[in-house]
Amino acid sequence: MSFLNLNFMYIKPIAPELIITCIALILMLLDLIVRRKEVIALVGIIGTTLALYLTFKVYGLAGPQTVFNGMFVLDGYSSFFKFIFYINAILTICISLKYMEIEKAAYGEYYALLLFATAGMMIIASALDLIVLYLGIELMSLSTYILVGIIRHDTKSNEAAIKYFLLGGFSSAFLLYGASLIYGLTGTTNIGAIAAFISEKGFAGNQMLLLSMALFTVAFGFKIAAAPFHMWAPDAYEGAPTSITAFMSVGPKAAGFAALGRVFMVAFSSIKVEWSTVLIPLAVLSMCIGNIVAISQTNIKRMLAYSSIAHAGYALLGVIAGTNSGLSSMMNYMFIYAFMNIGAFAVVIMLRREGFKGEDLSDYEGLAKNHPLAAALMLVFMFSLTGIPPTAGFIAKFYVFMEVIKTGHVLLAVIAVLFSVASAFFYLRVVMYMYMKEPRGEVILTTSAPICIALAVTALIVIVFGIFPSSLLDFVSLAISG
Amino acid sequence: MTTLQIFFIYFAVMTTLSSILVITRKNAVHSVIWMLVLFVHIAAIYLFLNAELLAAIQIIVYAGAILVLYLFVIMLLNLREEDTKKKFLSQWPLGLITGVVFIMFFILILGKITVFPTPGKYSVEFIKSEGIMMTIGKVLYTEYLLPFEVVSLILLVAIIGAVVLAKKKIS
Repeated sequence: MSFLNLNFMYIKPIAPELIITCIALILMLLDLIVRRKEVIALVGIIGTTLALYLTFKVYGLAGPQTVFNGMFVLDGYSSFFKFIFYINAILTICISLKYMEIEKAAYGEYYALLLFATAGMMIIASALDLIVLYLGIELMSLSTYILVGIIRHDTKSNEAAIKYFLLGGFSSAFLLYGASLIYGLTGTTNIGAIAAFISEKGFAGNQMLLLSMALFTVAFGFKIAAAPFHMWAPDAYEGAPTSITAFMSVGPKAAGFAALGRVFMVAFSSIKVEWSTVLIPLAVLSMCIGNIVAISQTNIKRMLAYSSIAHAGYALLGVIAGTNSGLSSMMNYMFIYAFMNIGAFAVVIMLRREGFKGEDLSDYEGLAKNHPLAAALMLVFMFSLTGIPPTAGFIAKFYVFMEVIKTGHVLLAVIAVLFSVASAFFYLRVVMYMYMKEPRGEVILTTSAPICIALAVTALIVIVFGIFPSSLLDFVSLAISG
Repeated sequence: MTTLQIFFIYFAVMTTLSSILVITRKNAVHSVIWMLVLFVHIAAIYLFLNAELLAAIQIIVYAGAILVLYLFVIMLLNLREEDTKKKFLSQWPLGLITGVVFIMFFILILGKITVFPTPGKYSVEFIKSEGIMMTIGKVLYTEYLLPFEVVSLILLVAIIGAVVLAKKKIS
């Protein structure tokens, strides 16, 4: 048995996680001495950028590096997801500065918790052991529960936090059930060793394995908010502070997909046929419920919540394909989704001002007359969420659908396209309200430099990758190869 | 039937019975007392598995600390009103059906287990010679160092959360 042999090489692969954690701790202390929240936010952004740089430096270079007795891995797959998490954290910090002041909840801990949640997501993406995976999920979820309820004088925010917490805890129990069954069957929690044991002993058709897979599906279904495990999403998304809605509709969802991809593609690789049979109804139901129910929503946050359920369904198609290129199309999807979704929420946040919620769809009536630029940006994001070329949303959907057709699920692709068309109804309704209706009252936008930067970056990415997708696709393919 | 089996059956039945009592009592304080009974019996089941340390932790942490916390919270809340309300939501039959189906699944599958994984290196004999605290301590700080550290982060976040959510409103 080896004792603590912590030299630098041992720590190097985990350096980005350490930086994010340290910065989160520093932010906690900084909050004591610095009154201005801008400084705290800036330090948070700088720290995240540093971690991003470190991950970028090793991205696509060496093969997978495992440390901590094979519990933690640094590979292209995890690094790619980490990019999504960094971007998610940075953009969320940018859009929340002014907003949290308006909500009268500008606590310094807010930024620390954002980074703790990000650290949890990074651990999930890199976890090669079910215990580490579970703890990463808990770290991420616990931070997110608090963030959802951080406007503690608002009953809606409290309600959202409680609902999210209860159902999140419930889903964790499912994950643990699944993990304990797998442990009982194979005697290990290491994802690679599980796969090796199953193929060695020929356990592929074992009922215990199938039940375990079903329990994992439930747990991950909760995290990615796929129907029929989506019940918490609309309430939690509506009640949470809008910046956190943006954060949790991208980060935890991508982390859930990272875990789903790793566990199902590696640990359950021998029962691929079975799990894709389970995931197909999940994806179809998500697209169906997400897109159909979104039509009847009048609150834009609720509408985007249902849209996020639908997007989980589209991204699931990439996993259902069950190939490496299918997986990379899912990763590509999540990457683009991060930009277009946070961009849309940034516009929603701009409408919020003291004494005015700006969450109703009718608040967007005639926005183009008074604020043409904001309306144009919202138009880009709505087009992208629908999947209309030349935006990046089209590229994302196109590759997922292509992969799913390649593996012979033509009918599934047809259903996805049909629902995609149906989704145009509610996305473009926002556009119609902005451009074709007369303004009802005066809408004043709350702008600040960080939110403008966030909007510019997201809009630029959505358009540039929509017109020149090849560079992004090359970037994603590095993840699977490296 | 050996004495061991009789003891096991007693503890297993009591665990199930007391957990049912926990969720069916109207008075929250009664529920917590039944939970205490439940925790003690679970600790005894750990002893059957040669996990003395876990049994001690179960008593000290759960029965000792967490339960007292529950009692405090219950006494701080005004639960008189709750007593008059229905115990379960209207969806309880659905929950019952789901639960029963799950139990059926588990029973079906438990019967199918034929191959057990090869036992690991921490056998009962090994632990007897090394001492349970020593073994767990060593494993926790070497093999499971990363999860151990992540748990510390989770606890930190929990503390921060409790403080943040109890803070005063910013005026």
